[in-house]
Amino acid sequence: MTSVRENDELDPDSLSEAHSWWSQLRRLWQGDVGMVPIVIGLAALVAYFQVRSPVFLSAGNITNLFMQATIFVLLGMAEIWLLLLGEIDLSVGYVTGMGAAVAVILMDVQFHWPWFLAMPVALLVTTGITTLQGFIIIRLRLPSFIVTLAGLLFWEGMLIYLVDDQGTGGTIPATNRVLYNLVNGNLSVFFTWVFLVAIVVLMALGMFRADQRRRSSGLATRPRIVLIMKVAALAISGVALAMIFDADRGTFIVLRGMPWAIPIDFAILAAGSFVLTKTKAGRYIYAIGGNTEAARRAGIAVNRYRLLAFALTGLTTGVASLLYASRLGGISDNIDSSLVLYAVASAVIGGTSLFGGRGKMTHAVIGGVVIATIYNGMALIGMSAPTQYMATALVLLAAVTIDSLARRSTGEGR
Amino acid sequence: MTNAPGSPSTGTPSDGRDDPGDPGAPSALLAVRGVSKYFGAVQALENVDLDVPAGQVTALIGDNGAGKSTLIKAIAGIYAPSGGQIFWKGHEVHIHTPHDAEALGIATVYQDLALCDNLDIVQNMYLGHESTKAGVLDEISMELATKQTLSDLSVSTVKSVRQVVGSLSGGQRQAIAVARAVMRESQLVIMDEPTAALGVSQTAQVLHLIRTLAQRGMGVIVISHNLNDVFQVADRIAVLYLGNLVSSGPVANYDMSSAVELITTGESVRVASSVAP
Repeated sequence: MTSVRENDELDPDSLSEAHSWWSQLRRLWQGDVGMVPIVIGLAALVAYFQVRSPVFLSAGNITNLFMQATIFVLLGMAEIWLLLLGEIDLSVGYVTGMGAAVAVILMDVQFHWPWFLAMPVALLVTTGITTLQGFIIIRLRLPSFIVTLAGLLFWEGMLIYLVDDQGTGGTIPATNRVLYNLVNGNLSVFFTWVFLVAIVVLMALGMFRADQRRRSSGLATRPRIVLIMKVAALAISGVALAMIFDADRGTFIVLRGMPWAIPIDFAILAAGSFVLTKTKAGRYIYAIGGNTEAARRAGIAVNRYRLLAFALTGLTTGVASLLYASRLGGISDNIDSSLVLYAVASAVIGGTSLFGGRGKMTHAVIGGVVIATIYNGMALIGMSAPTQYMATALVLLAAVTIDSLARRSTGEGR
Repeated sequence: MTNAPGSPSTGTPSDGRDDPGDPGAPSALLAVRGVSKYFGAVQALENVDLDVPAGQVTALIGDNGAGKSTLIKAIAGIYAPSGGQIFWKGHEVHIHTPHDAEALGIATVYQDLALCDNLDIVQNMYLGHESTKAGVLDEISMELATKQTLSDLSVSTVKSVRQVVGSLSGGQRQAIAVARAVMRESQLVIMDEPTAALGVSQTAQVLHLIRTLAQRGMGVIVISHNLNDVFQVADRIAVLYLGNLVSSGPVANYDMSSAVELITTGESVRVASSVAP
């Protein structure tokens, strides 16, 4: 039987998927339109700050920058669960505060719970809060924007009430060692190497095995050289990170090793990416964000997965709240009100779409690092806070514009 | 019995019924008998009889508001008929939900295609029916089956089954939506205006695909306004006029002008004379 072809696609091997280098590169570009410009932008930012301030690329400052980024990254990942659905959660900033307050109060003030009880309870609280908001949004068919805006106000009030109620004058200091170490503790030099080498080897093996399986099933597989380049880039980043973290960055004492927060962020990134790319739940989140009606007609229990996404947002926010408490050394009734903006900005700057259906967890990493770079660099070269705000705003605006243009060029939503 | 319809307002149940000597009728995969549908006081379908044989393409034609969409929605489980019976392979069935229809093996490809533009071809083909190994998506088996289905249907214009559906042409999207129905082992595929909004070469591609489905032994119902397409692809024609099935039979019984007559007036002397005993 002869097949009917379109005029412009007479390639006889079209289904055999023989890919040239060029088409590989083009697909890399098209598949991640959101990511490529921002990586270039990040490189430009880094170059600029390094020229203006020679200490910008010192081991100590880079480690500091990563520590600033960890919370943005986690909150960005929290937001991505919902952005993929085309929803948003404006309450994550104060939900972070709630989680931190619960953890600190349970471990310190009067209860003196052990960390392994208090921390899970804090995660339960944040998950419960966002799940409740999600339930209201789904059940009453309300816009998530408004319900979580109400959540923002409500949980800010609740946070102030909780913290002031402890009678410690608006701040509760954290004394628990484990909580303190989440951000301030470091792995030993040896385990920093072990961790990073293990990650690189595992990821390389994973990619190699996946390619091997595709090849043996006769499916189109990326050229080996692409795999080798990816593994090489991974190994170089791993070694570079290990050298940065293991350099002595102390001023009066020897301070070296990877901060605990890095493996924590990495674990959440790995778990989140796994759910999104390897499980039905992840697939359905993308489907619902892409075309809710199509997902419903395909028999997907749309509301169940929407609720799941709200719960995962809360869980990820909970992890962020523990790092936040650790970084602040406690919790105050007056936390940074722009946390939620950094959360959304991290995700969107990294390339996750505000319109749903497009994005991935690694976007929050890129976006979080970009925001941290701006803050860190601008502080280093002595720019004022107002300038920092405005610079972040411009980067965010650029990211949203790119998102919108990318959406038009791939013809999505037609 | 004759295919000649009475006047639509006084139509009797036998008017639209197939000629018993008609080769398509006895082996009907789907048989609709006396189906009516009211929306309040409005009668959208009146006593419709329709046979859809396996391995043949049945074109459902009629003017806007003739009841074509209502009829396929009754078959697809979206509307419950107000009266009448539906037989599937000779047994009476009650199709209350789209899921019932799908379970029987009836797949409907609506005009909007219900595809997720942000997902790739494999992901769309398996949406809601993903295969997993130990809880993890089994991408390789799904990709292999997708490629197999597409090559079985001679859909050869897609460069990669891993490209997102949003990047495909209209004809390719239609092909993916149909291939999805085929892969779920549907035995009857209902297509609503599959060639509307398509260009010439893409229309040819989709019509070819429709013939392929029939050759594979599936029953196909096609709703179309384009009579050129209908005469090119259909084995049988059924004409609806103001909710009545006024004529049905092999495509050879009709020509362009009689079809137009039936669509616009509900009757045609020429069809009546051509098949009258």
